Amino acid sequence: MAGEQMRLIGWAIALAAAGLTPAAAAQAPAASPTPVAAAATPPAGTAQDATKPDAAQPATVVPGSVGHMIPTAGVGEPDGRKGIQLQVTPIGEEAASFHNNWLLPLCAIISVIVLGLLLFAMVRYRRGANPTPSRNSHNTMIEVIWTLVPVLILVGIAIPSIRLLRHQYTPPPADLTVKVTGHQWYWSYELPDYGVSFDSYMLKEASDPTRQKNQRARTDADGPPLLAVDERLVIPQGKVVKFIITADDVIHSFAVPAFWIKQDANPGQLHETWAKVDRPGVYFGQCSELCGARHGFMPIAVEVRPQAEFAQWIASKGGHMPGATPPAPDSTAISPVSGAAAGTAPTTGNAGGNATPAPAAAGTSTGTPTPAPQNKNVANRTSGKA
Amino acid sequence: MSTTADAFHLRPHEAHDAHAADHKPGFFTRWFMSTNHKDIGTLYLIFAIIAGVIGGAISGIMRWELMEPGIQVLNRAWPIGAGTANFDEWTHHWNVLITAHGLIMVFFTVMPAMMGGFGNWFVPLMIGAPDMAFPRMNNISFWLLVPSFLLLLGSTFVSGGTGLGTGTGWTIYAPLSTSGSAGPSTDMVIFSLHLAGASSILGAINFITTIFNMRAPGMTLHKMPLFVWSVLVTAFLLLLALPVLAGAITMLLTDRNFGTAFFDASQGGNVVLFQHLFWFFGHPEVYIMILPGFGMVSQIVATFSRKPVFGYLGMAYAMVAIGVIGFIVWAHHMFTTGMSVDEKMYFTAATMIIAVPTGVKIFSWIATMWGGSITFETPMLWAIGFIFLFTVGGVTGVVLANGGVDNYMHDTYYVVAHFHYVLSLGAIFAIFGGFYYWFPKMSGRMYNELLGKLHFFIMFIGVNMVFFPMHFLGLDGMPRRIPDYTPAFAEWNKVATIGYMVTITGVAIFFVNLFWSLAAGKKAPDNPWGEGATTLEWTLSSPPPFHQFSTLPRID
Repeated sequence: MAGEQMRLIGWAIALAAAGLTPAAAAQAPAASPTPVAAAATPPAGTAQDATKPDAAQPATVVPGSVGHMIPTAGVGEPDGRKGIQLQVTPIGEEAASFHNNWLLPLCAIISVIVLGLLLFAMVRYRRGANPTPSRNSHNTMIEVIWTLVPVLILVGIAIPSIRLLRHQYTPPPADLTVKVTGHQWYWSYELPDYGVSFDSYMLKEASDPTRQKNQRARTDADGPPLLAVDERLVIPQGKVVKFIITADDVIHSFAVPAFWIKQDANPGQLHETWAKVDRPGVYFGQCSELCGARHGFMPIAVEVRPQAEFAQWIASKGGHMPGATPPAPDSTAISPVSGAAAGTAPTTGNAGGNATPAPAAAGTSTGTPTPAPQNKNVANRTSGKA
Repeated sequence: MSTTADAFHLRPHEAHDAHAADHKPGFFTRWFMSTNHKDIGTLYLIFAIIAGVIGGAISGIMRWELMEPGIQVLNRAWPIGAGTANFDEWTHHWNVLITAHGLIMVFFTVMPAMMGGFGNWFVPLMIGAPDMAFPRMNNISFWLLVPSFLLLLGSTFVSGGTGLGTGTGWTIYAPLSTSGSAGPSTDMVIFSLHLAGASSILGAINFITTIFNMRAPGMTLHKMPLFVWSVLVTAFLLLLALPVLAGAITMLLTDRNFGTAFFDASQGGNVVLFQHLFWFFGHPEVYIMILPGFGMVSQIVATFSRKPVFGYLGMAYAMVAIGVIGFIVWAHHMFTTGMSVDEKMYFTAATMIIAVPTGVKIFSWIATMWGGSITFETPMLWAIGFIFLFTVGGVTGVVLANGGVDNYMHDTYYVVAHFHYVLSLGAIFAIFGGFYYWFPKMSGRMYNELLGKLHFFIMFIGVNMVFFPMHFLGLDGMPRRIPDYTPAFAEWNKVATIGYMVTITGVAIFFVNLFWSLAAGKKAPDNPWGEGATTLEWTLSSPPPFHQFSTLPRID
C-alpha cells in the first residue's frame, strides 16, 4: 500500500509539474509515438513545418484554411434539434431513413395504440359505467393474434435492419486508411500511407483557468465548446476511408454521429469501420465509452475536404501523397486486419509504435502532392511489396 | 376450468387463528435476529427506501450539475466522493456519482424492494405457507446486504485513482476498473458486489425452495398468483446470472491485486471478455429488476378491474419466455465493441424476439381491464402508468435492438432515456404501486388516498419531464456519462433538471403520506380492495398475525 501511495504521489507531482493540463500531456507522450515524426520530418524537403502547429504558434491558424474549415451550424454538430443529426454518408442516410421512416413511426403508433386502449378501457369500463364486471379471462383467438402480429411486425423490422448491417459490413475497397488511437484523454491519428501522425486535443475556452498560456483558446471558427479540437483529422471528400481503431490505456469509443459510426477503441485490439463522405464540412463527435476523469473532454473532429485540399493538408503535416515517391519498405502496415474481426496488436504498449517507419518514408518525400490512387488499398500495396 | 390463482375459494376459518401466533420476541431479537419473513421483508423495504433516497439524492447532484453547461456543482465539497482539488478530481467525482447512482439503484433499491421486500412479505402469504423455507438463510440474505452497502458507500471515501471513490460506471469495465483505477476504492466496490450477489443467490434459493415445496394443498403451479410466478422466474434468473458476475468480478479482483491478466491485453488477456461476462449477468439483471414488477402490476390490475387476470397461463409463460430469452441476448449491450456481422445479426434478431412476450403481457393487462369494473385507487394509477410508460420504454428498446441503428444510439442519452423508462418509470412505478397496494396489509393502516394520488400525478409529470427530453438529447448525439456538454444540449437538460425538482416534490409527498399514515392512518380492514382482491393475503388480518397459516389453507 505504501508503494501504491508513493506511486500516486509521484503521479501527483508529475502532473503538477506538467501543469495539470492536457497540453502538458501532449508534450509528455511526445516521447512515444509522435516524436519520431517530429524528429524525422524536418529533412522533408519542401514540406511545410511538420511540427504541431498548436501550442507554440497560436497565431498561425487561419480560419477557413485546410484543417480549420469553419463549421456550418447544424451540420456535423448538435444543434438542439429533436432528431437524428444530418447524415453525410450512404450508411448514415440509409440508417437514418430506416429510423425516421420506419422505427420512429412504429414507436409512435404502438405507444398511441396502447395509450388509446388504456384510456378507452379506463373510461368505458370504469365502475360508474360498468358496475358488473365480466368474468371473461380467456380468448384463444385474440391471444394468438396479439402474439403473431408483433412477430410479423418484428420480421418487417428485421429485414431492413439486417440489410443495414450487411451494408455496414461490406465496405467498398478503401481509398485510404486512418489509424485512430484513443488515449486518456485525447485522440491520435495516423495516416500510415501518407507519413502523417498527430495528436488531437480539445480546445479549451479562453476563460478556462486550466488552459495554459501556450495553448490556443477555442474560437467559434473551431467549432462549438467541448467539441472543437486543436488538430482535426482531415479526410478527402468522396473517398472510402477505413478507420482502424485501437486504444493504448483503457477503452474509448470513436464516434462521429454524422457518419453513423461508433466503434469502441479497445486496448490490444484493432477494429475497423469506414465512412465515405460526399459533403465537405466539419463533423464533430465525442468519446463514447467511459474512460476516466476527462471522458467528456476528448472530442473528435473530422474535416472533409476535396482531394486537392486534402493533399495540401498532408503536405502541411509533413506527409507525402502515395505515389509521389515509392514508399520505403513498410512491414508494419496494418492491412492484414481485414473484415470486422479483431486483429490483435502485440501489446498495448506497442499500439502507437506502428508509426515508426512512416516518417522514414516522409524523409524521402518530395513534398509534391499527387492524387492518391483510386480504389486501391494502399496499405495492402505497400505491405505486399515488403 | 376457470379457476386460477386469482379466483379460488377459501375456507376462511382456516385462514387465521391465533393468539399464540402473535407472540412477538423482544426488539433486538425481533429485528436483528429475525427469522420471520414479514419482519425481514419490512427490513428489506426500509433498507430499499434508505438506499433509494441516497441514490435519488445522487441523481439530484447530477441533474443539478447538468442543469447548465459548465462545471458549477462538482467543484464544491461533497460528502460522497469529496475532492475539490483540481479539474480531474471534479470530473472524477462525476464518475463516482454515476457509478454510485447505478449500483445503488440496481443492487440496493430495486432488487431489495422487489425481491427482498415484497417477495419476502407476500410469497409465503400468497401460497399459503407459514414462512419461507429457510428462515435463517433469509436473515443472512438481508444482513449481507448491509455490509455490502456500507462497503459501497465507504468506497467513496478512499482513493480510486484519480480521486476519491470509484469512477468506472456501474458496468466496471476493465481495464478502467483494473489498471485505470488505482487505490482500494474499486476493491471495496468489488467486495460490495460479491456480498450483494451472495445475498441475492441465497435469497433466490430460498424463494425457489419455498415456492416449489411449501404451496398450500391444492395450489398447483398453475394456480399460483402471477406475483409468485414472477418471483419464481426472477429467482431462477438470479441463481443463474449472479454466479457469472461473481466470477467476472473475482477475475477483476485478481487482475487488480494478484498479477493475473484476464482482461489485460498486453499479457494475453482480452478486455472484451469482461464485457461478455458482465452482460451475461447484466441483461438477465434488467429482467430481475422488472419481472416482479410485472407480477405486482398483474395483481393490481386484476384487483381494481374486479376481474381475474386475462390469459393467466399466457402471462405466466410470457415471463418464463422473457427469462429464458433474457439469457441469450446479452451482447446487444456491446454492439459497438467490434463484433462480427453474424454476431450482430443474431443478437439483433434474438433481442427483438423479447418484444413478443412483452407485448403479450401489455395486451393481457389491457384485456384484464376490458370488461372490468374499474376503480382508480392509487395502486391502480401506478399500474396504469406503468403499463403505458413501460410500453414507451419497450418500443425504444426495439429501436436499440437493431445493431445497425445502435451505432448511432449506443452510449447516448437515448439509451439513458430508454432504460430509465423501463426502470425508473417501470420498476419504480411498480414498486410504488405495490407499496400502496400492500401498505394496508403490511401496516394495518390505510394510506391517505388524496396524498397518494397527488404523489402519482406529480411524479408522473416529473419523471416524464426528466426522461422524455433525453430521447431528443440522444438523437442529437449527446453521450452518456459526461459532466459537461456543448451548449446545443442546454435546453433539454434544463427541462430534465426542472423535471427532477417536480419528481422530488412527488417523493416528498410520498414520505408525508407514509409517516402520516403510519402514525394516524385509518385502521385497515382485512381486505380493503373488495371483491377483486382474491389472493390469500387478503384473507388474513391487517397486519397479518406474526405467524400465519398454522393450519394450511386448502385451495379448491
